[in-house]
Amino acid sequence: MSKPKARISFTVDGKKCSAAPGQTILQAAKDNGIYIPALCRWEGFKPAGACRVCTVRVGGRYMAACTQPVTDGMAVENDVPDLQDMRKALIEMLFVEGNHMCPTCEKSGNCELQALAYRFLMLVPRFPFQFPARRVEPAGKKILLEHNRCIKCLRCVRGVRTRDNKAVFGTLRRSRDKKISVDQVLASALTDKQARQAMDRCPVGSILKKEVGFAVPIGRRKYDKEPIGSDVEKARG
Amino acid sequence: MARKIVIEPVTRVEGHGKVTIRLDDRNNVASSRLHIVEFRGFERFVQGRPYWEAPVLVQRLCGICPVSHHLAAAKAMDQVIGVEADGLSPTAEKMRRLMHYGQMFQSHALHFFHLAAPDLLFGADADPAVRNVIGIALTNKELATRAVLLRKFGQEVILATAGKKIHGTGAVPGGINKNLSIEERDALLQGAGAPAIETMIDWAEEAVEFLKDYHAKNRALMDGFAAFPSNHLGLVGRDGALDFYHGAMRAVDAGGKRILDDVDYRDYLKYIAEEVRTWSYMKFPYLKSLGKAEGWYRVGPLARLNVCDFIPTPRAQKQFEAFRAYTGGKPNNMSLHMHWARLIELLHSGEVIRELLLDPDLQKTELVRKGRKRGEGVGLVEAPRGTLFHHYRVDENDQISMANLIVSTTNNNEPMNRAVHWGAMNVLSGKRDITEGMLNRVEIAIRAYDPCLSCATHALGRMPLAVELYDTGGNLIDRKAR
Ligand code: SF4
Ligand SMILES: [Fe+2]
Repeated sequence: MSKPKARISFTVDGKKCSAAPGQTILQAAKDNGIYIPALCRWEGFKPAGACRVCTVRVGGRYMAACTQPVTDGMAVENDVPDLQDMRKALIEMLFVEGNHMCPTCEKSGNCELQALAYRFLMLVPRFPFQFPARRVEPAGKKILLEHNRCIKCLRCVRGVRTRDNKAVFGTLRRSRDKKISVDQVLASALTDKQARQAMDRCPVGSILKKEVGFAVPIGRRKYDKEPIGSDVEKARG
Repeated sequence: MARKIVIEPVTRVEGHGKVTIRLDDRNNVASSRLHIVEFRGFERFVQGRPYWEAPVLVQRLCGICPVSHHLAAAKAMDQVIGVEADGLSPTAEKMRRLMHYGQMFQSHALHFFHLAAPDLLFGADADPAVRNVIGIALTNKELATRAVLLRKFGQEVILATAGKKIHGTGAVPGGINKNLSIEERDALLQGAGAPAIETMIDWAEEAVEFLKDYHAKNRALMDGFAAFPSNHLGLVGRDGALDFYHGAMRAVDAGGKRILDDVDYRDYLKYIAEEVRTWSYMKFPYLKSLGKAEGWYRVGPLARLNVCDFIPTPRAQKQFEAFRAYTGGKPNNMSLHMHWARLIELLHSGEVIRELLLDPDLQKTELVRKGRKRGEGVGLVEAPRGTLFHHYRVDENDQISMANLIVSTTNNNEPMNRAVHWGAMNVLSGKRDITEGMLNRVEIAIRAYDPCLSCATHALGRMPLAVELYDTGGNLIDRKAR
């Protein structure tokens, strides 16, 4: 039995922080009250490094904070203008690559992509809209899969499972043609609670539990009062 | 020389349309037409969408009356999930009503003070630079302040019920997503963002009195301008009361004889059909029993006061009695009396809002009910401009497969064309030179109907609308765009 290792020290933008060995940069920063934005990450799922919104810089090299373990003496750059602008560009790309109509989307106010766009003060994307032709696909009896809004974060692929641990969602094709697929039989086997969880885990309005849309009034939705990341930053005090 | 006049855009009308008037060789009106470019995009756009999204999605049809679309769609979707209109929880129904009467209040205040009052106060021939809401602000500060605050009050009601002043959420299939907090209630009762409800009701009543006074001084204009007989259609409550949110369809003819009575609006297709005319994209609805030529009808404030038996609030009822007495109890067929009717409805909306605010049901917590799902729903409401029809079919995956909307302005298509024709015959016909004031009179005829062209065209956002003169050879000889 190895005895527990001592905590390690690192800095984020010059601020002294400490971490348990093996923590990712993102986790460790969070424990120190520093918010690193991320879309594909979900506490408890294996990190995917899919969205790259959490990109930080260490010693001049760019790395995904959600997959990179923190090491002793590491000096992480996070809240610096060029990195923030790059993250904003990534968020803008996600907007132009899909069809995101926030005003009529039931996830509005609870959507992490929208919340990040607000946090980054995105007005008009710098890239041209792609207007891809996508559709709404029934996923079993309880869910609709709104492909127009999918950002391929793979949270559903990693984390939506039936009681006997079978993956309900998968992927088809690669690169820009990548598409989320659904096993209709397994999706139909999801309980109401599981379907609800699946909806909550999707960062955008792509997984829709049927018949619950717009149930929370404007003003009481997740990001109506405070920007995304405020919970992490508040913990810092 | 024979000429054709085109009025485009029609100013102070929401949306986009065009008026063409053909003059013969002696400058007499040969024909007149109001063209509204109807764009059926929305009916296509909603196909495939989840049904519960419809109330939020379709309100984007309009920036002026989104609540009407929101509620008509919600009423249709209530049926889709198996909840009848009278099967909603009292809290849900009353919250929706509050939202709806709030919108009626803001829309009627906007129309009267911003769009109609400039013509009435300054006259049709006044300089257009003065004949507008800014002109009112400069010459009649008190009236302008009231205009702003009355409208604001309506918007505050919408905010408290839908979460936003425009394009909120609120109604969901089977109910509503919030009740009214005590704080929200008291802000509206006592005044916070806008004056208190009592003040609003007083001002609305004074607006009716202002119009009656104007009428007394301008009887020939008010009674004669664009007056013509028509049928009238609207919803009435079960007891025959004026009701903007729910009821049965009733239609009367110009003399007051009932053509439709107590008709369940889910059967609207049995009674109403839409005629397509080659020169217009906007359809012409008519009552099937009377046929295409005779079956056209008016909707809106005038029609509503013509079809209902009474108004269920005391101060508006008193005004209604005077309104009815003026035509000896018969339907009122005078287009400019639309303004009178509209202000009585403004007053009524204020009274209903107060009644609802004092109702403890609004603080209760049963918000949504469910029933057995079915694949179809029809929702009707009385929008500020008249009866609004929403009809949807939903497939087994909960996706919308069919949508049919008949908006108020489409219902008023033929009456507006008649009003334009009246204006052309009585103002332009036989005149050699067309003045701005003459063109404005034609527009006043249209404006009485408060047409919402962005609704009628089912387009996203608002579009502009101009006046052009053509000879019989189709050559442009004059153009007046404002
Ligand atoms: S459906 Fe949602 S959770 Fe799944 S990949 Fe797309 S955005 Fe991510
Ligand atoms: Fe409208």
